[in-house]
Amino acid sequence: MTATLDDRDKEKMRSVSVDLNHDASLLIDIPDALCERDKVKFTVHTKTTLTAFQKPEISVPRQHEDFIWLHDTLVETEDYAGLIIPPAPPKPDFESPREKMHKLGEGEATMTKEEYTKMKQELEAEYLAVFKKTVQVHEVFLQRLSSHPILSKDRNFQIFLEYDQDLSVRRKNAKEMFGGFFKNMVKSADEVLISGIKEVDDFFEQEKTFLLDYYSKIKDSTAKAEKMTRTHKNIADDYIQISATLNGLSAEDTTANRKHMEKLSDLFEKLRKVEGRVASDQELKLTELLRYYMRDIQAAKDLLYRRARALVDYENSNKALDKARLKSKDIPQAEEHQQQCLQKFDKLSESGKKELTSFKGRRVVAFRKNLVEMAELEIKHAKNNVALLQGCIELLKNN
Amino acid sequence: MASGTSRNPPPFPTNDETGEGLSNLADGDSDEGEDIFVSNSMSPGVCQPVRGGELPAGDASSHTSAQSNGVHSDEDNDLFSDAQLSTDKSGSSSQKELSSSSSSRPISSFSPRPAAMPTTSLEQLEEEEDKDTFDVDVAVTNPEKVGDGMNAYVAYRVSTRTSLPMFKNRTFSVRRRFSDFLGLYEKLSVKQSLHGCIIPLPPEKSVVGMTKVKVGMDDPSSVEFVERRRAALERYLQRVVAHPLLIQDPDVREFLEKEDLPRASNTQALSGAGFLKMINKASEAVNKMTIKMNESDTWFEDKLQEVENEEQQLRKLHAVVDSLVNHRKELCGNTAVFAKSMAMLGNSEDNTALSRALSQLAEVEDKMEQLHQEQASSDFFIFAEVLADYIRLLGAVRGCFDQRMRAWQRWQEAQSSLQKKREVEAKLLWANKPDKLQQAKEEITEWEAKVTQYERDFDRIGMTVRKEVLRFEKEKTKDLKTQIIKYLESMLQSQQRLIKFWEAFLPEAKAIA
Repeated sequence: MTATLDDRDKEKMRSVSVDLNHDASLLIDIPDALCERDKVKFTVHTKTTLTAFQKPEISVPRQHEDFIWLHDTLVETEDYAGLIIPPAPPKPDFESPREKMHKLGEGEATMTKEEYTKMKQELEAEYLAVFKKTVQVHEVFLQRLSSHPILSKDRNFQIFLEYDQDLSVRRKNAKEMFGGFFKNMVKSADEVLISGIKEVDDFFEQEKTFLLDYYSKIKDSTAKAEKMTRTHKNIADDYIQISATLNGLSAEDTTANRKHMEKLSDLFEKLRKVEGRVASDQELKLTELLRYYMRDIQAAKDLLYRRARALVDYENSNKALDKARLKSKDIPQAEEHQQQCLQKFDKLSESGKKELTSFKGRRVVAFRKNLVEMAELEIKHAKNNVALLQGCIELLKNN
Repeated sequence: MASGTSRNPPPFPTNDETGEGLSNLADGDSDEGEDIFVSNSMSPGVCQPVRGGELPAGDASSHTSAQSNGVHSDEDNDLFSDAQLSTDKSGSSSQKELSSSSSSRPISSFSPRPAAMPTTSLEQLEEEEDKDTFDVDVAVTNPEKVGDGMNAYVAYRVSTRTSLPMFKNRTFSVRRRFSDFLGLYEKLSVKQSLHGCIIPLPPEKSVVGMTKVKVGMDDPSSVEFVERRRAALERYLQRVVAHPLLIQDPDVREFLEKEDLPRASNTQALSGAGFLKMINKASEAVNKMTIKMNESDTWFEDKLQEVENEEQQLRKLHAVVDSLVNHRKELCGNTAVFAKSMAMLGNSEDNTALSRALSQLAEVEDKMEQLHQEQASSDFFIFAEVLADYIRLLGAVRGCFDQRMRAWQRWQEAQSSLQKKREVEAKLLWANKPDKLQQAKEEITEWEAKVTQYERDFDRIGMTVRKEVLRFEKEKTKDLKTQIIKYLESMLQSQQRLIKFWEAFLPEAKAIA
């Protein structure tokens, strides 16, 4: 199924990050995507005034794995060790609507035609919502890169945007995944090691404490928010069934009760649409916000660990220098090695400080935007509900 | 004003019988009623419920059709209209009592009723019912645990407020326990005179629920159980007193008024099976009947089909609403958990304004949890429970149709017995055995009377069922409309409060810098 997203939709969706895509020299978006069975094919569209690119406007098809490849290569680039690498977009997850579709197929026999149609519509809407969400997170990833002064100039990034052949990274991916697995293992061992390191800089000490704590809290909040919005969706689904059953009741009713049942059925049909929107808006503005920043904080944590590792390297190089001096052997190499470590560490500290500070600002702004929008939407939907309910009560009372 | 007794009333049976007699008449024998009151004069001395009945003779016939609806007719009746009605009924009921108690004597004093009730009088009855105002309010409140351990029970206060003169006071209350309510139903359901009536059903027994309560009434599930039961008992009583015949039933009056009620012992019969199971068992017995009834009027068949369909649909609806209640409760729990998590996050946040906003968000979500809790309660008590009530009531309606079938069956069986007796007589005639012949003739007379009796019973039940179904449908429409409006209003309130909460939060969110 092809989904084309118009500008209005995209404006609404661009919820999580802010201040992206303002620099006209490099504008990226994902205007449409195709869903083929399990694979989603994104169309990445670039408009640029930069001479580094071959053409001023490019469109290429990309798959999720290509995005992961790009992310991983950036993470592995030494030069970017002092930067917060934007978190990789999560894999497109159609599990929930797929499960629902399965249930719908099973329950088809027991449902009325209307009920089935309505549930199918609801299912299609949910599918579309998941689809939009995954397009959005992939888009935001690219836009984070394009708005970063250093990362936007990355060679692999350019290849990703330009290369009009299939990025056959599958083989590489397999190796990468293995490598990734090992790296993660080592990193967790490092985490333990590094948390114990004595920090020389107050700023980083505070950041470390803050980020570690905040990360665990936001991870928890994300999970709880997800559960909450999912139950909300269940309620919207119940409304559909109530509406359909009321319809069935009214169809057979020969008494004055019929009109009441009809009106109520109508009301529930309208209420469920509102409820569905409440659930999906809550998901987008709250759950997705929390989820995104959870991953972003993980990326910030990664920066801290890289820096801490550089510190360990530096300290080790100091020890090695001392040993060399003691043994009076290989002193110049040791000295040079020590200098390199120091430089690297200083560079990481400097850029790390900048990154973390701007990250703070970015986070606060994003939270503000999303919380305001969520509150406004809750009010809007509730007012809608009020109008619907009042209307129905009027009708019933005047009957 | 009527003078003293111009005729001697027949000896009065005990108070209790009067109730049945009342309902006999009210079943719609308006023709017979008219016969009585036009031909006989009033006998105020017969007046049984207390007021001195002064009866302007002229009013009698106008009351007759109104009688069948219940106690009040038009508002401009004079002060003693109630007494009049009771008196009238008493008068005729006593006659009826005599005739029904000795089935061997043919009911020759009454003109035979037509088998099918002309629809005009049915419509008339419907119209009369519209003018009814039942001035009885009942409430069931204050559940209190009495006693300890496994012998403990819960006593409820049953309060009545009424202006009906048949009660001793205008407002009064008694304490009743659950088995008393079941006992009342048991008494009403076996009354011949109420056959064909849709008798409201009390809530089912619940061993699990009650055991928890016996052990301790404090935990939330026990509290919910007791509240659920209290509400159900209240609805039950409200339906009973809204029924034109039942409100006059002495057992009902006793239930509402009497200080100490003898403990109902035969509620055991209802323990295992539950009401619907009972009704369904009876239905099955009817369905197994080999002789199929030849309905001249398809109304009964059609209506029964309608009732069965509706019952099915209501079950479906109830199941979905139940699911809604559960999801709402789940949402409640998830929201509470999320609120706590958000509060923790707010504490961790180092930006002051954002930290405050997140804490505020946590508070809003806490309030939302309460909203969801109240909404779930609404979903349950106003929507789900009422649906459950009507599912059971429709079962009771089906039960009435079955009663009619059984009455028909009894009539048919009597007819075939009569036929056999006639054959015996014929044989005896041919064999010329005069002594046995006499007996045979007596038996034939006996069975002829039975046939006639059963035929009228059948017709009467049919009339009752028809009337009851119409009354029930009206009540149901009104009741459901009220409940729906109540439910929607609770949802409306909930949404309005939601708006307030988020509107209070919005400036906090905007203040983030």
